[in-house]
Amino acid sequence: MSTIGLWLATDGWRWTIAAPVALALISCSHAPAPASPGPERADPVASFEVVRAVLQSPRCVNCHPAGDAPLQGDDGHVHLQFVRRGPEGRGATGLACATCHARANPPESYGAHMPPGVSTEWRLPPPEHKMVFAGLNSRMLCEQLKDPKRNGGKTMPALVHHVAGDPLVLWGWSPGFGRKPVPIPHDQFVRAFETWAAAGAPCGPPPTARNP
Amino acid sequence: MRLNVNGTAREVDAPGDMPLLWVIRDVLGLTGTKFGCGMAQCGACTVHLDGQAVRSCVLPVSAVAGRMVTTIEGLSPDGSHPVQKAWVEADVVQCGYCQPGQIMSAAALIAHNPSPSDDDIDLALAGNICRCGTYQRVREAVRKAAAQRRAER
Amino acid sequence: MTALTRRQLLQRSLLSGAGLFVAFHVPRKARAVPEPAGKQVPHPNAFVRVAPDDTVTVLLAHSEMGQGVWTGLAMLIAEELDCDWSKIHVEHAPAAPVYAHPAFGMQMTGGSTSTWSEFDRYRTAGAMARAMLVDAAAARWKTDPKKLRTESGYVVHGKQRLSYGQLALAAQAQQPPKKVTLKDRKRWKLLGKPTRRLDSPEKVTGKAQFGMDVRFPGLRTALVARSPVFGGKVKSFDAAEAKSVAGVEQVVQIPTGLAVVARDFWSAKRGRDALQIHVDWDLGPGATLDSAALLQDYRDKAKSKGPGIAAQKGDAEAALATAAKRVVAEYDVPYLAHAPMEPLNCAVKLEGGRCEIWTGTQFQTMDQMSAAKIAGVPQENVVIHTQFLGGGFGRRATPSSDFVSEAVHVAKAAGVPVKTVWTREDDIQGGYYRPLFLHRIEVGLDGKGAPVAWKHTIVGQSILAGTPFEQFMVKNGVDATSVEGVTDSPYVEEVPARLITVHSPRTPVPVLWWRSVGNTHTAFAMESIVDELAYAAGRDPLEFRAALLAHKPRHLRALKTAADKAGWAKAPPAGRARGLAVHESFGSIIAQVAEVSVDDDKRIQVHKVTCAVDCGTAINPLGIEAQVQGAVAFGLSAVLHSELTLKDGRVEQSNFHDYRVLRLPDMPEVQVQVLESDAKMGGIGEPATAPISAAVANAVYALTKQRLRSLPLRLAVA
Repeated sequence: MSTIGLWLATDGWRWTIAAPVALALISCSHAPAPASPGPERADPVASFEVVRAVLQSPRCVNCHPAGDAPLQGDDGHVHLQFVRRGPEGRGATGLACATCHARANPPESYGAHMPPGVSTEWRLPPPEHKMVFAGLNSRMLCEQLKDPKRNGGKTMPALVHHVAGDPLVLWGWSPGFGRKPVPIPHDQFVRAFETWAAAGAPCGPPPTARNP
Repeated sequence: MRLNVNGTAREVDAPGDMPLLWVIRDVLGLTGTKFGCGMAQCGACTVHLDGQAVRSCVLPVSAVAGRMVTTIEGLSPDGSHPVQKAWVEADVVQCGYCQPGQIMSAAALIAHNPSPSDDDIDLALAGNICRCGTYQRVREAVRKAAAQRRAER
Repeated sequence: MTALTRRQLLQRSLLSGAGLFVAFHVPRKARAVPEPAGKQVPHPNAFVRVAPDDTVTVLLAHSEMGQGVWTGLAMLIAEELDCDWSKIHVEHAPAAPVYAHPAFGMQMTGGSTSTWSEFDRYRTAGAMARAMLVDAAAARWKTDPKKLRTESGYVVHGKQRLSYGQLALAAQAQQPPKKVTLKDRKRWKLLGKPTRRLDSPEKVTGKAQFGMDVRFPGLRTALVARSPVFGGKVKSFDAAEAKSVAGVEQVVQIPTGLAVVARDFWSAKRGRDALQIHVDWDLGPGATLDSAALLQDYRDKAKSKGPGIAAQKGDAEAALATAAKRVVAEYDVPYLAHAPMEPLNCAVKLEGGRCEIWTGTQFQTMDQMSAAKIAGVPQENVVIHTQFLGGGFGRRATPSSDFVSEAVHVAKAAGVPVKTVWTREDDIQGGYYRPLFLHRIEVGLDGKGAPVAWKHTIVGQSILAGTPFEQFMVKNGVDATSVEGVTDSPYVEEVPARLITVHSPRTPVPVLWWRSVGNTHTAFAMESIVDELAYAAGRDPLEFRAALLAHKPRHLRALKTAADKAGWAKAPPAGRARGLAVHESFGSIIAQVAEVSVDDDKRIQVHKVTCAVDCGTAINPLGIEAQVQGAVAFGLSAVLHSELTLKDGRVEQSNFHDYRVLRLPDMPEVQVQVLESDAKMGGIGEPATAPISAAVANAVYALTKQRLRSLPLRLAVA
């Protein structure tokens, strides 16, 4: 089974993705690179599903939780140290993210389960724009993402720039020893994002009971 | 490699990937900072880096070159820091092994938030495990220390 | 109050120039114990020393591991010596027969016994020292000692005063009294008063030295690669890669595996990482162990009575068959690691026919015996420098002296002084666990709801089987630690027909006492089933217990006090419920009321625990409160989080991320009411750990009507 298959089967994911996209993702993960032009080329809404699969993968969603407590692990359990978003998204006073998360992943020699790090400092979105990824359906996620009132005032080019090059985003693809990276290649994610953005960032239809 | 530990510049001969904890303990011989888990789970190794609490067991020493490291030995020369005094007054310690880490976390908290609420205290020290279960008196001591610090200002 | 006549109890120190020693009779052999390095004085074997500078040094026969003996035992001496409390200095005593536990005959700390077992000995030592100081002053002033009094470190005669320090040398020449009269408790100035710890100043500054902190020139650090499966042995290995790691000096084979000896911890760790992939293990039969399968096996075993008959009266089967109502329940608890904050470690130096050991241990005598055998030196040539223990909870009291023995092996094989250090992973996966246990209980109630039949089958590994203690504590196939809290339960002793039996299956998993020992599971089972019986009988859990405990006034008092303080009669705040438990262990009785809620994710939150404890005479109420709070916290880790499981012989947990323990935000407010009584003094380090599981489970039932019978408690997520 591919990693994505396992990952989709993980308990605790309260979302499903449209079957054709899921199949496409699974096939992608069988042959991750070079990414061939997929269905997202043609269909911006389908492209957004690729974006969504990335954003809601454990490496991204864990710090874009529904509440103010970050999550941990592939099972998305609540952060064991009772960490909170804090006034700036950098943790509570006295237990900042930076207390454990340094400016780089610890060396591989430290082993698994080490707190990862990133040069621009570990953090959650600030409380003013929480950018919740957890538990949202596609349409809600899509609308939030492109809404400057909720996304921290980012324009679409700024968003593209962010997903293409922010070290914290890129960390998802090199998350450190023993941790599964985002299961979709970064370049494929960026292309899907660009396709969606270039098409005016359309959001799919509201969810239905069959397709929540 | 040059480190600044407790206000003193120290030349350290250690591999760059050695965790700061082991440089502090085994190379510099400052044993107040404790090893408890080696993966930032328990907080026993907490020191201050440029005034912020950090877990020294997961921090390669190469990452702290040129930055200010404060260990429990550097918090005060004689146990006179308000947190240490409050700790004695509240009779917090039991086995004592986790306490330097608890105290360093508490000191960082009240340095940045002199009026912590009970929730603030719980959240700031949630990363410091105590198996003896001194938690209730830890809370009391942090409240006392914060009050003391406010009174001094 | 107590007139003690101990024949040849006292012997003056051989020391000259450093003041007065008070020592009990020292066997010749103990005096031969070599000096700790760097000290010029002969081995004192003393309990108290008064120095010319007025300091009073108390030598601690027990290990300070957080429980507060550093302060409590010093209080016993200070009360009788009448010295200045601020001049007290405490040291761990060396390992020597004179420091043998008064009740157990070997030097050790455990079983919540230190204070009551030393109550007379330490007070007597203080009283004798005082008498000799008074005699010295009387000689100086040429007066009758009976005309003198003492006052906070001074001997006083009218307006004349001499400090103890001024008298220390002269006091040495005095004959020790053959008999001293200890103070009546009405005259106590210090005992019974809340007293702050003496070890705080060094523990808040990082100066306190734990075994982990031992350093001296030439001391190496070793990490040991141990079998991934209990009972496995090294088949073959290639140490080349490990030896190529900078700082690694040697790789030596020892009975428990392979030790990587290096100049510091990090080098040893890197070396061991490099070694581990090049070791081929003969795993042995342990490789099939599976704790889930084991639990199922225990469940099956519990269906028939065990080979060990712990208690039997009447015909329980027949009484069950005719009972008006029958309640059947099974309770189980998992393996648990102690996980003291200081990972195990032990420094050993073998030199000149001596074996010197620096470690935090609860078991000095056993360690001496084990080390002597391995090092090939006489037992008295094993010198133990007891360091502060970064938590014990029983883990540092292994009959096999596992971590000390291993460290001696390492030092012997390496030929250099070595400190063997365990990582947290080594600690969690290294065995010596609280054993997995299952209780099956069948109770028959009569028409009024009173128990008339009690059939109780306990399944779990014997802690003592195969140890030197087996001969004393395992009788007719019943390990006393497997059934404590059941066979002596005040509920059971009134039941006319009862049968309590034990299965003690053997597995390769090393097991050990874990704070409150058998009571960790028996209190859970007993206080849960009694709660179930109360509901089955349609009665209030407090009233039901009180009726069954009518013949136990101390239990009743604790129970009613805790219930009153917790506001049992009043409704709890919205969304919360309360649960009750009362249990006797280690000679003390404790009742607890837990107030809980359940959050949206079905996580149990414990907000408040109200405790009433009767431990007889209370020496230091502040210390008692700390021990009860701490024991509740220790117990709550196991109630809410901790669980150790095995699959394919491997322990599935490895560090605090998956072997979870209580953190500060989980900590309830623990109120402690100390109930003084005239009863014999009991222990206080452990008793509060035992009933908290049932108190919480009973509260969860009251709130949710879900009866949780497995620890840790987990509510079904809908």
